[in-house]
Amino acid sequence: MAQALPPFQAFLDEHLEPVGAFVRGMVGPSDAEDCLQETFLAALRAYPRAEAGNLRAWIFTIARRKAIDHHRSRARMARPVAEPQELIDSRAGRQGPGSVDGALGMSPRHSEIWAAVAELPPGQRAAVVLRFAVDLRYREVGEVLGTSEEAARQSVHEALKKLRASASELKETTR
Amino acid sequence: MSEFVDQLVARANEEGLLDIAYATLDTPLGKAAVAATPRGLVRVALPNESLDQMLTGLAAKLSPRVLEYPARLDEARRELEEYFEGQRDHFELRLDWRLSHPGFYRRVLRATSRVPFGEVITYRDAAERAGNPRAFRAAGTAVGSNPIPIVVPCHRVIRSDGEIGNYGGGPEMKRFLLQLEGAV
Repeated sequence: MAQALPPFQAFLDEHLEPVGAFVRGMVGPSDAEDCLQETFLAALRAYPRAEAGNLRAWIFTIARRKAIDHHRSRARMARPVAEPQELIDSRAGRQGPGSVDGALGMSPRHSEIWAAVAELPPGQRAAVVLRFAVDLRYREVGEVLGTSEEAARQSVHEALKKLRASASELKETTR
Repeated sequence: MSEFVDQLVARANEEGLLDIAYATLDTPLGKAAVAATPRGLVRVALPNESLDQMLTGLAAKLSPRVLEYPARLDEARRELEEYFEGQRDHFELRLDWRLSHPGFYRRVLRATSRVPFGEVITYRDAAERAGNPRAFRAAGTAVGSNPIPIVVPCHRVIRSDGEIGNYGGGPEMKRFLLQLEGAV
C-alpha cells in the first residue's frame, strides 16, 4: 500500500523552517515571506496528489519554482531583480544599524557572502543555497533541481569558484 | 513564524483549501480536540485519544489537507465548554456524518443523537430505533465507533442490565458524563 500522507499541519511544521531558509536565500529577506506563502499555498493545493515518500524534495521543488516566478514578475515590473538593497549595501561595506544583520539570520561577514550568492545564476544559486543554507545532500539538491547528483555537485562547485573570486575581490576593495 | 502560519491558514480557508480544521480545548477530564469540515463538526477526540492519532486518522480517511484553524471551531468549543460547565443541555452544531458507516451504523448514531440530556437508552433500544431490534450487538459496535462523542451522546446508551457498559473515552468518563447530566 502507498505510504499515507501526513496531515498537512505536520508537513508544514516539519518543512517551514528549512524551506524558509531556502526562499530567503533565493529571493532575499524582504520578499521571502510572500514567496513562502505562495509556496505553501501551492503545496496545499496539490497536496492530496503528492507522493508521501518524497515530500522534502517535492516542497523544495515548489519553492524553487515560486522563487523563479518571483524573479520573473520582478523583472516584468522593471524593478531590480531581487538583489535586496540591504545585501548590496552590506557588500559595499555600508552597514547601517539593522540593515543586514539578522536578515538572513547571519552575521555581517556572512551576509557579504550572501550578497555574492545573490549574483549567481539562478541554478547555481539554488544549488549552493540548498547545499549550505538548508544542508541538503547532493542527491537531494539534484532531485530539487531536476538534475543528477553529479550535476548538482558540479553546480555547487562552479558557484563556489565564483564566490571565492568575489570574496577576494571584496578583500581588494575593502582594503 | 506563527503570524506567518496564521496568515497562511486564513488564506487557505478563504481559497477553499482547508478541508479539515482542528482545535484543542480543555475539559474537566483533560485536553480534547475537535475537527470540522466546511459541512460541519466531523470529529471529537476525547482526552484519552492523542491529537496525532486523530489527525492521522482524518488525513487517511477524509483528506490530508488538515490544519489547525480554531476560528472554524469557535462555536463547537463554546458549546462544549458550556456543556461541561453544566450550562448547556443540547448542541446546536451542524454535523458532518461522513466518518460513520452509512446504513445501519449511521442510523444507530442518528438515533443516539436524539436521546435527550439526562436520559439513557439501552443498546437494544438503539438497535430498535435504527430499524433492527435484533441487531443490538451491531448497535453496540456502531455506538462504540462514534466519531463525534459527547455531541452525539453515545454515553447515553447503556447495557440493559443497568451496567453503564463500555465507552471510547473510558468507563470513568462515561460515568462522569452521566453524572454531569444527572442520569446516574
